[in-house]
Amino acid sequence: MGLLSKKDTKLITDPLADNNPITIQVLGICSALAITAELEASIVMSISVLFVMGVGNVVISLMRNIIPSKIRIIAQLIVVATLVIIVDLVLKAFAYELSKTLSVFVGLIITNCIIMGRFEAFALGNGPWRSFLDGIGNALGYAVILIIVGFFRELLGSGTLLGIPVLGDPIEKTGLYAFGYENNGFMLLSPMALIVVGIIIWVQRTRNKALVED
Amino acid sequence: MEKRTDKNTYTVIFAIGMVLVVGSLLAYLASSLKPRISENQRLEKQQNILYAMGINDNDETSAVFISTDKAPEAFDANVQDQLVITVDANGTIVKKQSRDEYFEETNQEPYLIDVKKQQASAKDGGERKLPLFVGANKEGKTVYVAPIYGKGLWDAIWGYVAMDENMVVQGAYFDHKGETPGLGANIKQRYFMDDFTGEHLLSNSGEFKGITVAKGNADPKNNNKTDNEVDAIAGATITGDGVSAMIKKDLKLYKPYFDNLKNQAK
Repeated sequence: MGLLSKKDTKLITDPLADNNPITIQVLGICSALAITAELEASIVMSISVLFVMGVGNVVISLMRNIIPSKIRIIAQLIVVATLVIIVDLVLKAFAYELSKTLSVFVGLIITNCIIMGRFEAFALGNGPWRSFLDGIGNALGYAVILIIVGFFRELLGSGTLLGIPVLGDPIEKTGLYAFGYENNGFMLLSPMALIVVGIIIWVQRTRNKALVED
Repeated sequence: MEKRTDKNTYTVIFAIGMVLVVGSLLAYLASSLKPRISENQRLEKQQNILYAMGINDNDETSAVFISTDKAPEAFDANVQDQLVITVDANGTIVKKQSRDEYFEETNQEPYLIDVKKQQASAKDGGERKLPLFVGANKEGKTVYVAPIYGKGLWDAIWGYVAMDENMVVQGAYFDHKGETPGLGANIKQRYFMDDFTGEHLLSNSGEFKGITVAKGNADPKNNNKTDNEVDAIAGATITGDGVSAMIKKDLKLYKPYFDNLKNQAK
């Protein structure tokens, strides 16, 4: 690859599988539970986190030599909060419709532990370009899990994908419902997100024994 | 050796500096964007009221407002009057004003009345101003749109309900500040809002009963319009309860107005 060195490529690809922020680092579980009842919400959240993590990691990396270590967590929190508020304000002024869809996610992004976790673990000790790649990589790893969980929860819970019915009409009893299939309303509740994430972790560790801790 | 950035004086100076930079940046952005944001919010209120009246660009499944550039014109054309009904703490009507009378007194458009502030004023035993927008829907029928405001699971929820003179719902719009995406946030989806259309707010004997967002009412298609119930959203019980509560509390206050209206007609 011309653009990225091997080491840099690893920064992007590692978090997608063997160092996934949700299933391996166990960060960002809270938002994975909260907003994965629908595929669309999962995708919107993934894109928002991608943006905030990319930019946030660069900002923190640029500031890494001037941030006092005693108050570094607060400094990181301020950077995330400021970024998110700026985005929210600009969207409210220039893309009001979009801002209404995203406003719900603003609070969730500020408190998302993946962002704080990567600031702390990577951006504070690395240069801006590598930090940017790390941010993008981890956000993509987060997105993959969110979208998988959102896909199964919406499909099994509501019988729809992105709001479009794919299994037939549960009230008219058409499609799959004609054979006695029922939506599993339990899939819409947060505990099921935890169980789906658990299954992903199980599958992943069965395939790659190196991930299993003693 | 201690690093320069570990010193207490440096830490304090950094903290103060950061707060000043971030604070002034945000304050500058917020104040310079404020006119645009409040203009957007003003247009949104017009769009909400028009939506409840049935003036919208809905396609088959999703809720679409009339576009922002057409909203002010459509608002002037379709909303014939914006009444302001003032009630005292007991819900008795003290005063009834038309849009022009109200505007002369306060220099404010009635649709910009803050329902939350009015609720707070009524809670303290004061008077409450109830805006009511009178207009014609697409079929030319006269409808009355009332704003409602309450709380869901996480934050505020609000809406606009269009009724006819018998307090039968003609259309509804709900919105929220921070309900859970995919669950409570679905109160602004068509499949939920459309269920309210045709539903009666009064019981068969003419008492105000409201509309309850009910779980397992054995009527998922909402064929029964006089049971004062609509089907709830799975996994969004508290948001649904919030919708029921704001309909009961806020729309009840309009009942005396509709009683008067009917008595006058007789």
